[in-house]
Amino acid sequence: MMASRKLSEIAKTIRSKNAGVDKITFDVIFPDRATYDRVRESGILSRAAVCRIFGVDPALISDHVEFEPALAIKFTIYRRMPSGSPGDADVFGSQQYGPLLDIEVPGMP
Amino acid sequence: MPASIQHGRSANHTLRIVCPNGHLGFAPIKTGSFRTGCHCEPDLICADSGSCDVGPVPLGADISSSPLQWQVDDLEEMLLASRRLGVPMIVGSAGDTGTNSRVDLFVGIIRELARKHGLAKFNVGYFYSEVSKEALRRRIVAGEEIAGLDARSPLDLATLDATERVVAMAGIHPYIKLLNEGADVIIGGRSSDCAIFAAPAVRCGFPEGLAYFYGKVLECASFCAEPYAGKESVLGEITMDDVKITALLPEQRCTVASVAGHAMYERANPFYEHFLGGHIDMSQCRYEQYDERTVRVTGPRYVPASELRVKLEGAGKVGERYVGIVGVRDPYTIANIDLVTGWARQQVVERFGDSGYELHFTVYGRNAILGDNEPLKATPAHELGTVVQGVAPTKGMAEEVCMIATRQMFYARLPQVKGTAGGVAFLLDEVMPASPAYRWTLNHTMRLDDPLELFPTFIAEVGV
Repeated sequence: MMASRKLSEIAKTIRSKNAGVDKITFDVIFPDRATYDRVRESGILSRAAVCRIFGVDPALISDHVEFEPALAIKFTIYRRMPSGSPGDADVFGSQQYGPLLDIEVPGMP
Repeated sequence: MPASIQHGRSANHTLRIVCPNGHLGFAPIKTGSFRTGCHCEPDLICADSGSCDVGPVPLGADISSSPLQWQVDDLEEMLLASRRLGVPMIVGSAGDTGTNSRVDLFVGIIRELARKHGLAKFNVGYFYSEVSKEALRRRIVAGEEIAGLDARSPLDLATLDATERVVAMAGIHPYIKLLNEGADVIIGGRSSDCAIFAAPAVRCGFPEGLAYFYGKVLECASFCAEPYAGKESVLGEITMDDVKITALLPEQRCTVASVAGHAMYERANPFYEHFLGGHIDMSQCRYEQYDERTVRVTGPRYVPASELRVKLEGAGKVGERYVGIVGVRDPYTIANIDLVTGWARQQVVERFGDSGYELHFTVYGRNAILGDNEPLKATPAHELGTVVQGVAPTKGMAEEVCMIATRQMFYARLPQVKGTAGGVAFLLDEVMPASPAYRWTLNHTMRLDDPLELFPTFIAEVGV
C-alpha cells in the first residue's frame, strides 16, 4: 500500500542556516538510502520545486546538490538582504526551513 | 571516561586535538566532556571563537556578542588544561569578530588568568586581522579589483566610505609562524575556522588535504556528532593517511551520517571549502565507522590557489535604531494589516519625507521570518505582532520615526473597522532604544602577494 507522507515524518533532519552573509543553505537529511532515493526521484525537492515552495526565481538558487555520503538533498538560496540588515528577522537563517516540513512525499510505503 | 575511546594512537606519527567549543564565548563549554578529552593525550587544545552568524553589529560597533564572563570562563578552562598538560592552546577569530580590540581583549584575559592562577611563564602569540579602509582605498584608486563574493559587485569607493570596519580572513600562516616562534598560547584575529586546526597539522608535515579537512570537521566541536548536543568536546586525530573524529560526551557518537552531515553544514556546497591559499575538494571523501564513537575519513584533496586571494568582511553603520511592538487582534485589521502599516508609513513620510531614514514593519503571525518567501502569507494567524524599527542618523530622529510609525498604527483609518477606540494593542506605550543598525558592506576577496602581509604577529611573555 503506497501513500503520501509528510517530509517531516520521513526525514531525519530538516534545517536551514546561513552560508556566509548573503546566502541561506537548506539541508534535508534522510535516515536510509531508500527514503533518500525515493525523495530524489519524486522531484519534490528539485530545483524547480524549491523555487515554487519559496516563490523565488531560479536565479536565486545558488546551489542544488544531492550529497550522497550524508543521504542529503541540499540547496542554497540567496538572501533578499544580507543577514542582520535592518528588516531581516532571521539573523542566523535558522528558521527558513519551515515550509519544507509539510511537503507531501508521494509513493511512500 | 567512556571505555570505547581509543587510548592508543593509531599510528606512529599522529596529532591529536581536543576542540571544546564551536564558538568560544557564545555559550559556555560543557566541562565534563572537555575533561574527558584532556585525558586522551591531546597535543593541542583549539577552538574557534568567531562567526559572521551574529550579524554585522558586533563587527561594525567593535563589540562582542558574547558576554565577557563567558569568554573568561571558557578561556580559563582551556588555559588551565593547556598549561597543566604542557600543550599549546589556539583560539581563532577572538571575541566573535576577530578585530584588533577583540584580540587585545583575549590576550588581556589570558594575562589576567595567568596572574590569578600564578601560572609559570609562558609565551602568548597573537596576530591582528583588521585591514585599514585607507589601504583598500589605495587599491581601488590604483585600479585593482576587490572582487565581490556571492554575486556582489566589486567594492566601490561609496561602499567603502559607508563601511566602519574590515577584517580579513587569515589562513594557517600566522598560526604556523607563531608556533615556530614558540607560542604556547595563540590568540588569533579573524581566521578561517579550519585554519586554526589545520595550521599545527600542516606544520607537523601531515598532508594538506587531510589537515584542512581535519580543521573543517573539528571546528564546530560536537555538532559533528549525534544526537544533537552543543558545546560538548570532540577529539580529533590526524595521521599521514586519515582523519579520525571521536565524540567525547558519553551520550554522543560520531557516525558516518553525523560527520558527513556536518561536512555540508553552513556552506553552500558540501564538496568545497575555500581558504587563503586554496581549497579542499571533499567530493572523493570516504567515511567509515572506525569504532563505536569514532569515524575515519580519507580522500579529501587539497587544491592550491593559482592566485592568493583573501576574504574580507566589512560592516557599515546604517543608523541609530528604535524599536516598537504592536499587537493586533481584530480580524478585519489583520486582513488589512498592510493598509495599517501603509498609513503609519505615510505619517512618517509627511513628517520626514521619503528618504534619509529606514522604517521596517516585521509582521509576526504572517510572514516576519520568511518575508516574501513565506508560502502561507495569505493566511495570517488570529493575532499579529508587528515589530516596528526606525533607523535614522540621530537617536532623536530614529526615536521619532519609530514613535510616529508605532503610534500611528493605533490611529490607522480603515473604512469598516468596528473598534473606534484604537486599532492596535500596545505591549508598551513606548519605543525602545536598540543597538545601532549595521549592514554587511563587504563580502569580497582581495589579492595578496604574501599570506602574512595583512596579519602582523606578536609574542609576549606572561605568567610569574
